[in-house]
Amino acid sequence: MMDVTWLHVFFGGLMALSILIYAILDGYDLGVGILMPRGNVLQRDQMIASIGPFWDANETWLVLAVGILLIAFPDAYNLVLKELYLPATILLIGLIMRGVAFDFRAKVSLDNKNTWDNIFKVGSLTSALAQGYMLGQYVLGFDPSWASQGFSLLSAICVAAAYSYIGATWLVMKTEGDLQKQAASWARRCGWVTFVGVASVCTVNPIINPSVFEKWFNFPTALLLFHIPLISIALFITNDQILKRIPLDKDFGCWIPFLGVVGIFFICFQGLAYSFYPYVVPGKLTMMEAASATESLEFIFVGTVIVVPIILCYTALSYRVFWGKATQLKYY
Amino acid sequence: MIDTLMLSRIQFAANISFHILFPMITIAMCWFLVYFKIRIHTSGDPVWMRAYRFWVKVFALTFAIGVVTGITMSFQFGTNWPGYMETVGNIAGPLLGYEVLTAFFLEATFLGIMLFGMDRLSPRLHTLATVIVALGTTTSAFWILALNSWMQTPAGFEMRDGVAFPVDWMEIIFNPSLPYRLAHTLIASGLTASFLICGLSAYRILKGDTKRAPQLTLKTAICVAAILTPLQVFVGDLHGLNTLKHQPQKIAAMEGVWETQKGAPLLLFALPDEETRSNHFEISVPKLASLILTHDSEGEIQGLNEFINEHPPVAPLFFGFRIMVGIGMLMLLLAWAGAWQLIRRKTVNTFTLKAFLVMTFSGWVATLAGWYVTEIGRQPYLVSGILRTSDAVTTVPASNVALSLTLYLLVYAGLLVAYLHTLFLMARRAVEIEEISPQERDETKPTFPLHSSPLVIKEPTS
Repeated sequence: MMDVTWLHVFFGGLMALSILIYAILDGYDLGVGILMPRGNVLQRDQMIASIGPFWDANETWLVLAVGILLIAFPDAYNLVLKELYLPATILLIGLIMRGVAFDFRAKVSLDNKNTWDNIFKVGSLTSALAQGYMLGQYVLGFDPSWASQGFSLLSAICVAAAYSYIGATWLVMKTEGDLQKQAASWARRCGWVTFVGVASVCTVNPIINPSVFEKWFNFPTALLLFHIPLISIALFITNDQILKRIPLDKDFGCWIPFLGVVGIFFICFQGLAYSFYPYVVPGKLTMMEAASATESLEFIFVGTVIVVPIILCYTALSYRVFWGKATQLKYY
Repeated sequence: MIDTLMLSRIQFAANISFHILFPMITIAMCWFLVYFKIRIHTSGDPVWMRAYRFWVKVFALTFAIGVVTGITMSFQFGTNWPGYMETVGNIAGPLLGYEVLTAFFLEATFLGIMLFGMDRLSPRLHTLATVIVALGTTTSAFWILALNSWMQTPAGFEMRDGVAFPVDWMEIIFNPSLPYRLAHTLIASGLTASFLICGLSAYRILKGDTKRAPQLTLKTAICVAAILTPLQVFVGDLHGLNTLKHQPQKIAAMEGVWETQKGAPLLLFALPDEETRSNHFEISVPKLASLILTHDSEGEIQGLNEFINEHPPVAPLFFGFRIMVGIGMLMLLLAWAGAWQLIRRKTVNTFTLKAFLVMTFSGWVATLAGWYVTEIGRQPYLVSGILRTSDAVTTVPASNVALSLTLYLLVYAGLLVAYLHTLFLMARRAVEIEEISPQERDETKPTFPLHSSPLVIKEPTS
């Protein structure tokens, strides 16, 4: 018989991991969608080409995260989705619109292509904002007050900016020439918005969330968090310096900003997870309270241990196949 | 005022009905693409590559809509049916989890490689990626049908304090109705894809496309349809017998049998009336229902009188079933007419081409009718005998559900129009684009690819 607590921690960790991977991977392709310039169809084609092979698999991480929530913590799944009914609907419609626009744009006339590109952009932005709003609501335990609505709006803007930031650095890595320069300037701007956003979320969060305050400012546990702001600030500044110098000599190190943003995502996520552990819904449900039957978790555990490494391998393979600069849009 | 329960049911039905249209095409169409790719390797004839290139575009578009509408489904259980996860989450959760782990990632990742990686991979590796996508879509169908079948015919579990706990996973997955439902659905997918391919190919030919590719895809799809239609009749019959054994109230509603009777007639038409619990305007063939269902003309069929308050609404099942069977018969007729013409005259006449065009989306209609029969046929339960639909519904206010439902319906209506429009636009464009080199055309001009047998296709291999 396996240890119950251990299984729940495992699935809680796996869920956190898939949310993080989702935020990074779908983050960059949503970001690229948000950044689509209205006036320049050539650039739009290049941008789409850079995310074409990946977006579908990227979105699957969201399905996995929701799936694990459903499998391992069914009560939390019910609670979260009931409370976030309308934003979840808007998120889904945004994802539907952008997902199909991506494919329609390649198959219709030029006029309609512009329309689908707009839908792609708006759909991407809506999805990012909805996710940010949901995150804000979730963090505050679905508090309906105006203060919490304001915080959630701040969080929505923050997430949209962060996605645009990682999307722009993705473009810096995957494209060249004018678009790369353009992307670098987008990345710098989005970087600053993200920085201000993250900083204000970090300021507001402990003020309106007493349990978070306790974790952040109580010695000695606060020492465990000390590196988070330091590393984040260092990464933001390094990135900005590199982006200022794009295009780099022989394009050496064009991938560093992207990796830098991945680092920022990782570290912010770590801070978030640390603040709320062991709650699966902050202030409402702990992992143990929300957990499903051990028999079910054992059954899915076996599959997870075998399949997730395989998934990671072929995901790596797919990035290997499309390594290097995105070539001119070549559909099939 | 419609309540949250009814709105949630309509919303779920709308979401799943719209979603299923697209996987029903892609599950089987991917195997068609695999076949085209294999023919490229074995024959070296570039026409197969052109067939692949046209249909992979249709596939990609269809797949994309299927993926994004499918994401919605994974949220729906929580947003609208919290009682579902509370009661059977221990069983439904892992089955859905295995679908994500073993199928979604596989198909999504390799789809990217398949669509965009043609010039980055060797031809054989590219075909391998296509095969993997096909395996992924079929695996996905397996898991979701395992869960659906378990909801129809639950097995391998025990109830503790009103919550289902797994006892034997093999019994849960391979529950009594799974083999029949899986076979029935996969063949239905084959037919849906075949008739779509026939219809769009016929459309191209009718629009004056004289290239070989549409002729070849038409022929391939006619062959597949001609084989699958009778097979579907056979499997459908087995599925019906399995349902009779495990869910007799569903069969009674499908056949409009109000009272238990021996030697029950097969109703060709009737108007079932829930008020009087009887049928009006019956047109029937005596004893045939008993003969089909029990293989004995005097066999006894349980009537709805034995399931008072425990049986589904009769009219949707009665008509849904007849629509499905009716379209199935038309498919059989047309597929065989097409195949017969190919064998006899090596070509398909204009009337048949037009018939195929009319039947382009017949698979969709039959699929939806069939799913309505089986899903409404499970009512008033969400999970047979365990959980009533009304006990599973959310406490979200009706106004919120009405709003989300409206949004979904608007989006779906727009998407459906765009999808159909784009398919036919792509077909018309393919007519105009000159794909064939002059030399190739000279070789094929005298006769278009009309060969001795519908299964063996000899092409010039220049």
